[in-house]
Amino acid sequence: MTSQKNPFRTFLTDWGPFIIWGVILLLAPMVLSEFRLNLLGKFLTFAIVAIGLDLIWGYGGMLSLGQGLFFGMGAYFFAMYLKLESGGGRLPDFMVWSGMKELPSIWQPFASPVFAIMMVLIGPMVIAAILGFFVFRSRIQGVYFSIITQALTLIVSISLIGQQPYTGGTNGITNLSTIFGHSLADPQTQVALYLSTVIILGIIYILARLLTRSRFGRLLVATRDDEARVRFLGYSPVTIKTTTFAISAVCAGIGGALFVPQVGIISPAALDVVPSIMMVIWVAVGGRATLVGAVVGALLVNAGQSAVSEQFPNIWQYFLGALFIGAVLLFPQGVVGSYRMAFARWRARGHSADAPEVEESPVAGSGRLAQEVVE
Amino acid sequence: MSNILEVRKVTVSFDGFTVLNNLDFSMERGELRFFIGPNGAGKTTMLDIITGKTKPQAGEVIFDGDKNVSHLGEHRIVQLGIGRKFQTPSIFGSLTVFENLEAAIGFRDYTHQLFGPMSGEERDLLHETLEEIGLQNRAQVRAGLLSHGEKQWLEIGMLLIQKPKLLLLDEPVAGMTRRERDRTGELLLDIIKNRSVLVVEHDMEFVRKFAKTVTVLHMGNVLCEGPMDEVQNNPQVIEVYLGKAHDEVRQVRKKQVVVRRTAPQAAAVH
Amino acid sequence: MVGWLAQLFNGISLGSILLMISLGLAFSFGLMKVINMAHGEFIMVGAYVTYVFQNTFADMLGGVDLGIWFILSLFAAFIITGILGVILEVGLIRFLYGRPLDTLLATFGVALVLQQAARSIFGAPNVQVVSPSWLSGGVNIGIMVLPYKRLFIIALVIVLVALIYVYLNRTAAGRRLRAVMQNREMAAALGVRSRQVDALTFGVGAGLAGVAGCVLTLIGPIGPTLGTNYIVDAFMVVVLGGTGSLLGTILAAMMIGIFSSVIEFSTTATIAKALVFVMIVAFLQWRPTGLVAQRAR
Repeated sequence: MTSQKNPFRTFLTDWGPFIIWGVILLLAPMVLSEFRLNLLGKFLTFAIVAIGLDLIWGYGGMLSLGQGLFFGMGAYFFAMYLKLESGGGRLPDFMVWSGMKELPSIWQPFASPVFAIMMVLIGPMVIAAILGFFVFRSRIQGVYFSIITQALTLIVSISLIGQQPYTGGTNGITNLSTIFGHSLADPQTQVALYLSTVIILGIIYILARLLTRSRFGRLLVATRDDEARVRFLGYSPVTIKTTTFAISAVCAGIGGALFVPQVGIISPAALDVVPSIMMVIWVAVGGRATLVGAVVGALLVNAGQSAVSEQFPNIWQYFLGALFIGAVLLFPQGVVGSYRMAFARWRARGHSADAPEVEESPVAGSGRLAQEVVE
Repeated sequence: MSNILEVRKVTVSFDGFTVLNNLDFSMERGELRFFIGPNGAGKTTMLDIITGKTKPQAGEVIFDGDKNVSHLGEHRIVQLGIGRKFQTPSIFGSLTVFENLEAAIGFRDYTHQLFGPMSGEERDLLHETLEEIGLQNRAQVRAGLLSHGEKQWLEIGMLLIQKPKLLLLDEPVAGMTRRERDRTGELLLDIIKNRSVLVVEHDMEFVRKFAKTVTVLHMGNVLCEGPMDEVQNNPQVIEVYLGKAHDEVRQVRKKQVVVRRTAPQAAAVH
Repeated sequence: MVGWLAQLFNGISLGSILLMISLGLAFSFGLMKVINMAHGEFIMVGAYVTYVFQNTFADMLGGVDLGIWFILSLFAAFIITGILGVILEVGLIRFLYGRPLDTLLATFGVALVLQQAARSIFGAPNVQVVSPSWLSGGVNIGIMVLPYKRLFIIALVIVLVALIYVYLNRTAAGRRLRAVMQNREMAAALGVRSRQVDALTFGVGAGLAGVAGCVLTLIGPIGPTLGTNYIVDAFMVVVLGGTGSLLGTILAAMMIGIFSSVIEFSTTATIAKALVFVMIVAFLQWRPTGLVAQRAR
C-alpha cells in the first residue's frame, strides 16, 4: 500500500473513523441513561465476539457455529469468580440447593480473579485449538465444520444443564453482585465496566485489523479462496486455520467475560445452538470480511432486537428469519460492504474524468477495499 | 553427485484401477526433463505423488539425494524445495498481484513471523520478481482481473520467489495465445537456469523447442526415455500415440517424415 | 446376557429413530449437498400435521383408538411437508446452489419463521398426540417387553428404506435423480429436466422429515422447538455415514444408536452424547469421507 501522499493524511483517512467512533463511544456515558448505557455495553461485548467470528468466517471462510460455546466459556469462567466473590466465602446458593457440602475442587482456583481471567483467555483457545487441529487436519471443510462446531456447542450446553451441582443447571449462575470488591448495582461500576468494554473492543479491533493486513491475514484469505494452492505454496492450512479459530475463540471468550458482569447472570441459554447462529447474522448484516461491519452488524441487529422485541415480541422472530434470508439472498455484502462498494463506485466515477486508470492507480487502500468487498 | 529426484518402484491405484505401475526413474541435478504420454498415462498422478498430494501404495520418492518425501505433507515437501506449477493458473483472485507474491515469499517462516512485516531483503526480492515477470505496473491490481497469460506469469513469479531446487510444471503453455506462449517460454528459460525442472507437456512444438531428454509414460510406467529424436522414432511410442498395430507402424516408419509431423500433432490434440 | 440384549434392542430402537430423522437429510444433504437447517422444522411440521389430523378427523374415522387417522396422517405429513419442501427449493434454495454456507444461513432463517409460525398457530407450550390404542403395550418375549411403538417404528423405517431403495434404483424418476446428482450437465444434455429433479428430490427429503415428525408424536409431546432437538443428531448421522449413500446412513444411525444406549446404560445420556461426538470426530480422522463413500481419482 505505497502512497505518495503525506503519511499523516494517509494515517488519518485510515484510522480517522476509528478514532472518531472511539471518542464517541468513550463519551457516551455522559449522555446515555444508565439503562441505555448498560444495553450499549452489552452490545459492545457482542461486537467483540463478532470481530472474532468475522476473522474466521469473513476472512477465513470457516463458518463456526461454535462461537456461542466460546462466549459461554468466557462468561462461565468469569461468572465463577464473580459468584465466589459475591458469596464472600460462602458456598454458592445453587450448590447448597443441590446438597453440596463444600466447594468442588474445580471451582476453588476461580476464587482468584487472575486465574479466572487466565481461564477466560486460555480455555476457549485450547478447546478451539484442539478441535480445530483435528477437524482441519482431516480436511473437514465447509458445512461439515459448521455442523461439528454446532454439535460441540449443543453437547456443552446439555452438559451444563445436566451438571446442576457444578454449573447451576438451567438457571445458570445467578445473583452476581460484586466485582473486584465493587457492587455491580453501583452506576459507577457499570460505567467503569462499559469503558473497559469500549477500550478492550478498541484494542481487539486494532489487533484484528493489523492481523488482516499482515501476511498471515492474506494467507487466511488465500486459504479461503484456494486451500490446496496455499498448501502447495508451502504453508500448512491446518496451522493457519487452527490459529485463526483459536484467535476467534479468544475474542468470543473475552466478550463473554465482559458480558457477565454487565448483565449479572449467565445461563446455558446464552451459549446454545441458536445464539451461536445469531452471532453469524450480526456479521452477515454488517458485512463479512469488513471488521467495521462486524461491529456495526452486532450493534444494529441487537439494537433492532431490543427495539422491536420490546414492543412486538412475536414479530421479531419473523423479522429475524427474514433477515437471515435477506442477508444472503439480497445483500450478501452487508451494510458496510454495500456502503463501501457504492463509495468506491462513486469515487471511481469522480476520478474517471481526469484520471482514466483508476483501477491501477495505487491509491492507498484501494486494493484492500477491492479485496474486502469481493464476494 | 546424487540425483535430485529418484522415483523408486511407485505404485498407485484407485479402487483397483492401477494408475502408476512400478514407476521408476531418476533425474540428475540441473536437468530439464520433459514427460509426455497419452491421456491417462499417469502424468498428473506422478506429479501428485512427488508433491505429496497422493500417497503411494508402494515405493518411495527420494528428493535431493537423501530425503524420503513419500510420506510428508504437501507443504513440508514445498519447504524442502519442490515447487509445482498447476495446469490451470492458480493464483489468489481476491488478493492483489503484490499480495500474491507476498504470500509466496514467507513460506519457510514460522507462523508468528507472518504477523510481522517482510524483511528488507524479502521486499527487494519481491520487487525484482515483479519486474522479472513484467507485472510491476499491475502490482496493485486484483489478481482475479488479470488476463490468462498474466495469471500464468504471476504464478511463475510466485514459484520463482520461492527458489525451488526442483520445479514441476504441469502443461505450462496450455490454453495460451501464441504471444503469451512465447513470453512464457522466455520466462521458463529464465526459471530453468540453475535448477532442475520436470515438465509435463502436450504441446509438442513446445517440447521440441526446449527438450533435451524426454520420458514417455504409458499405462503408469516408463515406456522409453531419451533424446527427442530418438523417442519420436521409437516404434512403441508411435504405437501408443497412434494406436496402430505393429506391422502398420512399420509401414508408417518408412514414411518417417510424415510421422514426425503427425505424431506430435496427434498428441497435441488430446 | 439379558442386559446386553435389552441394550441391543434399545440401541436398534434408538438407531431406527435416528435413521427416521436422518433419511430426509440423506436426500437433501447426502444426495444434493444442500444443507437444510429447516429440516428439523419440517419434522416439527409433520408432527403438527399429525396433531391436527387427530383433532380434526379422528372422530370421523372411527375414533382415536382405531388409528386410521394415524395411518392417514403418515401420508398427509409426507405430502404436506413435501410440498413445503418443493416450495422452499423453488423459492429459495435454487438461488443458492454452490453457496453451501449461505444456504445454511438462509434455511436457518426459514427455520426461525416456521418455528414462530407454529408458536403463533398452536401456542408455545407442548401438545400431546394420543397414540392409537393398538400401539400401547408390548410383546413379552420372556426376558423383556418390547414396546409395540418401538417395534412399529423399526418396521416403518425398514419399509421406508425399502421404498427409497426401490425409488432410487428401480424407477425412472430415481434413475433421473441419480443421473442429475452424478453429472448435472450430462444429464441435462440427455434431456433430464434437472431443475424439476432438484425440486422433487428436495421435496421427497422434506416429506421424509414429515413422516419422522409424525412418528415422533408416538414418543413424546411436541412443540415448536421439536426440530432443534433433533437436527444436530440427524446431521451427525449423515456426516458419519458419508454423503450420497443410503447404506452409510443406515449403518451410521445404527452405530450411533447402539453405541449411545450402551454408554447411556452405564453412565448418563449427556456423557453418551459427548462420547458419540468424540467418536465421530475421531472416526473422521481416519475416514474423512464417512463410513461409506465414493472415492474418485
